[in-house]
Amino acid sequence: MKLRMAPSSYVWLLLGGLYFFIPLLATFLFSLDSNTTGKCCTLSSYGWVIHNPDFWHTLKTSLLLALETIAVSLVIFVPTIYWVHLKVPRLRPVLAFMALVPFVVPPIVLVVGLLSVYKGSPSWFYAQPWGFLVAAYVILAFPYMFFSLDAGFRAIDVHTLTEASQSLGASWSRTLLTVILPNIRAAALAGSFLALAIVMGEFTIASLAQFHTFPIFLQYVNESQAYPAAALTLMSFGITWAAMLSLLFVGRKRGQRAAFVTGAR
Amino acid sequence: MAYLELQDLHRDFGTVKALDGVEVKLEQGEFLSLLGPSGCGKTTALRLVAGFDRPDKGAIVVDGRDLTHVPPNKRDMGMVFQAYSLFPNLTAAQNVEFGLKIRGRNRVERAKRVEELLELVGLGHAGDRYPHQLSGGMQQRVALARALAIEPRVLLLDEPLSALDAKVRVQLREEIRRIQLELGITTLYVTHDQEEALSVSDHVAVMYGGKIEQMGSPGEMYSAPATPFVAEFIGTMNRLEGTVADGGVRYGETLLRIDAALGRRSGERVLVLVRPETVEVGTANGSSPDGNVLRGEVITQTFLGPVTRLKIVGTGVDLIADVPTQKALSLPVGTKVAATVPADGARLLELRDERLPEIAEEPAPAGR
Repeated sequence: MKLRMAPSSYVWLLLGGLYFFIPLLATFLFSLDSNTTGKCCTLSSYGWVIHNPDFWHTLKTSLLLALETIAVSLVIFVPTIYWVHLKVPRLRPVLAFMALVPFVVPPIVLVVGLLSVYKGSPSWFYAQPWGFLVAAYVILAFPYMFFSLDAGFRAIDVHTLTEASQSLGASWSRTLLTVILPNIRAAALAGSFLALAIVMGEFTIASLAQFHTFPIFLQYVNESQAYPAAALTLMSFGITWAAMLSLLFVGRKRGQRAAFVTGAR
Repeated sequence: MAYLELQDLHRDFGTVKALDGVEVKLEQGEFLSLLGPSGCGKTTALRLVAGFDRPDKGAIVVDGRDLTHVPPNKRDMGMVFQAYSLFPNLTAAQNVEFGLKIRGRNRVERAKRVEELLELVGLGHAGDRYPHQLSGGMQQRVALARALAIEPRVLLLDEPLSALDAKVRVQLREEIRRIQLELGITTLYVTHDQEEALSVSDHVAVMYGGKIEQMGSPGEMYSAPATPFVAEFIGTMNRLEGTVADGGVRYGETLLRIDAALGRRSGERVLVLVRPETVEVGTANGSSPDGNVLRGEVITQTFLGPVTRLKIVGTGVDLIADVPTQKALSLPVGTKVAATVPADGARLLELRDERLPEIAEEPAPAGR
């Protein structure tokens, strides 16, 4: 059936589009103005960003933090959620509730609490973003990881796949790595991209814990350099969009997978 | 010593006794079906053998080795599940290869074995298809090939056909039996479908309430049920409640001369078990045979193909009889008939004060 839209729909669509695009366009036009003369049109702001070593440094830091957060989250949450689905399904609502806590507790409260909890811990953990920040980010990523993975585990018959694998001689670790993980791949990727997006945009905790991450750099430029700030905003927007598009792509593949899992029944 | 022994298996789930002293002895290469209604403990027994669950008491011994506390991945049991259990991310051939990889077989050996097994189950052409590209019947064939690939000590089949169409079911069960005979593999088959169990097994064990009610060859189970439950569960059976009297059984107004009643204590309450196909039916005004005649009226006729099932109800009489369809034409609904119970074809069971279980139709299976 061909989808027909009422003419008024186009108007609303256009208004919606404008709502999103006008600020972007304005930012883009603003970013083309020269940082020195304030006149249009130059790409010097973009050049300023690209040639700023802090941009690359903080971007790298944030990306590495995101990767570490994703790795730690997957290592902790995949086996946990697998075990809960397999052995103690009655704990699933408890986990789901715990996963909502990071939404409820404001980051400012979280960071104050974490700083005091970890006070006195070794400096390689407390003074390094790879330790302290990742610990905090894993907590922030927990809801996204949990709900993505949970949906992934629900879409497969965890019990039967596990038992089939074991009856063929596979150990627990082999079952998890070669049978379960490939079949929740899309869910794990979805959770990972959401975690990436969070880490790339997290400001409060990094700022209060005094770590120099990409959002901190963004904020610094915003305060000191008006035109490059606009360029940087657009560039970070592009990075976020790239992550989002990846998510959309993975989500589509996941829909196909769900279809073939149910189609097999 | 038998090849597979289940020794006094007990398993409780809370207050429910899922298994209550199950004993099985099976020789190598034999095919045993565990048959029973939902909740009778048949799947629990199979899962204990597979190692997915542990018994509260008792032992599982295979080929002289006690496997009771061996984890499932060390037991070498091939299992085919009720729900489709192929790994969705692997092709049919890769699924079959899975267990061989774990056993560290080399690539050449694996490829050869996978090919052999896929041929064996008639899917030599479908090795590179993914599970979602296979029909339900084909998926279960691959699952069978996968289970057989590891050359298991015992093949365990947990209602593998229950999700399939009737026609595929019949076809596949015959193939399972063919392959089982060809490979001579000891097989434990769980089903709630008596026709399935009777048609493919060397032995059938009917389970109820966590116990084995009776175990025997399919022929024995059909012709000589040992308990009212087995009689009820296997095939269709008339159950006539009566009392032993004068060397026969008094059923309502009629004294049935039944061989099995000879030597029984007078006054004993018994259940007379008569298969519908052994009941002779004639018109009431026809020549009356000597004795064992129950009179009534045909209430319904059910066409079953070669035979037609008649329900006959009279004063104190309620029974069913299967007559050749041709003959049933002369006995339309409403006809007064005389039904003769054969003296030698009926079995007697002592009627204890126990309620016979209701045998409900199993719901359509759908994973777990």
